[in-house]
Amino acid sequence: MTRREIQRYALPAFALIAALVGWELVVRVNQIEPVILPAPSLVLKTLIGDWTVLFRSLLVTLTITLQALIAATIGGALLALVFARFRWIEEAFFPFAVIMQVTPVISIAPLLLVYLSSGGAVLVCSFLVAFFPILSNTALGLSSVDHNLLDLFQMYRASRGRQLLWLRLPSALPYFLGGLRIGGGLALIGAIVAEIAAGSAGQGSGLAFRIIESGSRLNIPRMFAALVLISLTGIFIYLVLSALSYLLLHRWHDSARRRET
Amino acid sequence: MSLMVAPILQVTAPRLVRLEEVGKTFANGTVALTGVDMDVRRGEFLSLLGPSGCGKSTILRLLAGLTGPTHGWINWSEQEHELGFVFQEPTLMPWTSVFSNVWLPLRLKGQSRAVAKPAVMEALEKVGLAGFANAYPRELSGGMKMRVSIARALVTRPALLLMDEPFAALDEITRNKLNDDLVALKCELGATVVFVTHSVYESVYLSDRIVVMAPRPGRIVAEIEIEAPLPRAEDFRLEPLYVERCRETSAALHRAMSHEATL
Repeated sequence: MTRREIQRYALPAFALIAALVGWELVVRVNQIEPVILPAPSLVLKTLIGDWTVLFRSLLVTLTITLQALIAATIGGALLALVFARFRWIEEAFFPFAVIMQVTPVISIAPLLLVYLSSGGAVLVCSFLVAFFPILSNTALGLSSVDHNLLDLFQMYRASRGRQLLWLRLPSALPYFLGGLRIGGGLALIGAIVAEIAAGSAGQGSGLAFRIIESGSRLNIPRMFAALVLISLTGIFIYLVLSALSYLLLHRWHDSARRRET
Repeated sequence: MSLMVAPILQVTAPRLVRLEEVGKTFANGTVALTGVDMDVRRGEFLSLLGPSGCGKSTILRLLAGLTGPTHGWINWSEQEHELGFVFQEPTLMPWTSVFSNVWLPLRLKGQSRAVAKPAVMEALEKVGLAGFANAYPRELSGGMKMRVSIARALVTRPALLLMDEPFAALDEITRNKLNDDLVALKCELGATVVFVTHSVYESVYLSDRIVVMAPRPGRIVAEIEIEAPLPRAEDFRLEPLYVERCRETSAALHRAMSHEATL
């Protein structure tokens, strides 16, 4: 194992294990009650013991997050294409985009619960937060095409369709993937936040609802177990989207290449 | 690259394109060009020389059909004319291979990869990069990227090759080598070249004719013929003709600049 590999993989793994061991020791030595702070071993035990309930909730949260992310990806990318083609639509839509972006999702969630079913409200919240980074990044990418390449396409009398397919879309790809990575993380946050709002209305069975429910029953180990699952879901989404980005960009884009030293 | 000695171009060489009283005023009111009368003769190497803002690049864009004149006319001797354009930067598509970059002009004409392959490989061979067809632009040096850009411009066998300070960002050794290779290629293909440059020495070494321009508003102030056949060897830089034409061109450029100062 080279020094670089040790630094990259072994060091963070060691730091994580050390933190968990430290946490375990603090709880055991001070005999802290699980209702105050459960030890990592107890959290793991709860995770395994309550797996059926937690896994069902995980599936609910994951399904909503993925549905919202797919809708946001398709919607954001398509709207960005419309913006790139019709400038006046972008200008007309701009105030709405700013209002939607600056309004915290937690403040919209209760309102959505009035109009929609709790499942629908959670989905829309998650969609809204994931949608804007994908839209704005893709729109930026589509309008950041090298002007000389545009001139070249114009000189060779390329049709609008070919210009889009062979020039604008590949140019916008790194921006789109950047937006997708941000949107992926935000979709999960949106789903959790909306679930908390919906949960307080007595509905839902996602991971956030499990946290609230466990909290009210003082089942703190299960709260931690649900929290661990949320973190793992976030890490999973991030890794999948990073891998996708690497696959598509590693041959040509600086963001996916290691700097030569 | 094979070398062929081209005959000295006569003033009577057939005209490829004529600019008559051409003027260009941008939307913000800036007058980029005024009263430009200029012929581009078939097979010549013509340099446009002048300080920044004198409208050299605007003339290239007008010839490329990327913009239209606000005054005057541009008359081509043939309606259908193939063009090639080399920018100051290599302007390659980084997401695709060298082959696909050179294929682009033919692909836009509807040629499939298989049909275009011989022409693409020939163009790459001419610039000495046949072995790099599958490489990506970022794997190449600055000079190699410029060669790919030239191969892309040549792949359609254009009647007119437009070059906008193509080697300005390169080091002197690479620039001199590319200049020699460019002239050799031009002679081999019999292409016409309009070359924008800031350098008096580069323009005298490369050109059959130099058009000196003055800025604000952009206009032609002198035309200088270089009566030595292309391609020229490095020794040409020691000949009295070279020295004399450099002096003449430099004086014309100086006049253009001082005229600007008095405006």
